[in-house]
Amino acid sequence: MPHNTDAVGKRYDPVVYAVGREKVKEYALAVGETNPLHLDVAAARAAGHADVVAPPMFAVVYQSPSVMPALFDPEVGIDFAMLVHSAQEFRWERLVVAGEELTTATTVAAISEKGGMGFFDFEVETVDAAGKPVATGIWKMIVRGEA
Amino acid sequence: MTLPAAPVALAAGDEMPTEVVGPLTRTDFVRYAGAGGDFNPLHHDDELARAAGRPSVFGMGMLHAGMLGTRLARWVGPDNVRSYTVRFTGQVWPGDVLSLDGRVDAVEPGEGLPVARLSLTVTRQTGEVVLRATASAVVAAT
Repeated sequence: MPHNTDAVGKRYDPVVYAVGREKVKEYALAVGETNPLHLDVAAARAAGHADVVAPPMFAVVYQSPSVMPALFDPEVGIDFAMLVHSAQEFRWERLVVAGEELTTATTVAAISEKGGMGFFDFEVETVDAAGKPVATGIWKMIVRGEA
Repeated sequence: MTLPAAPVALAAGDEMPTEVVGPLTRTDFVRYAGAGGDFNPLHHDDELARAAGRPSVFGMGMLHAGMLGTRLARWVGPDNVRSYTVRFTGQVWPGDVLSLDGRVDAVEPGEGLPVARLSLTVTRQTGEVVLRATASAVVAAT
């Protein structure tokens, strides 16, 4: 099953994500977070933050709405029944707090094929309201060949 | 509870205190589905998972990647984590008990403060490693 590499370099329109206090807490609790910086506004403020602090891996949440349209793009041509999230990389410039609006843009970084499997890498850049970098994600997907 | 905000002093060979989580339940998967926005039915619909040849639903990788990331952030301070790269090497099933482990491989000079290079794993109760990660974090000068 050959994979079309024409979409490499394609960049999608940026998506804005508003970081909500309850959403940060919901994520933190789902991954077993106990640090009050992520759960308790008073504790976060006492530590000098404007509001609860998003755990670094909350990047998954604010980047997903930008990544999903790329995964579903017919030009990229991913077969969802065969999709495996194989690896994930994040680099952070700073912490994010509830109340911020972040803007994220996804680019198709690479598509290749080996052993009947397709390898899809998406580079995802998030900036803050001032346009300054917040985080970069590399989302790596494998599409397995027919069994 | 004291949690690091300022960089903490770490040296090569230092080990992150192990955290054991589980047994994981389907409810844990569903809670993460809602929190993380991953509604792939293979993670919450047993009937569909079995029709796709799986013994049951299984956990999304970003759930245990998130658990490990959280554990790391609590060790070094969330503000000090600079990068985190995970590779999924196995799947996590209902009933699994996971061990979250990490260690410092090296501490190198950085821009200003030193940077620790870490390696981390998530291991099932069977001994199977289901996630391998590397990370970098700013640490205090010693």
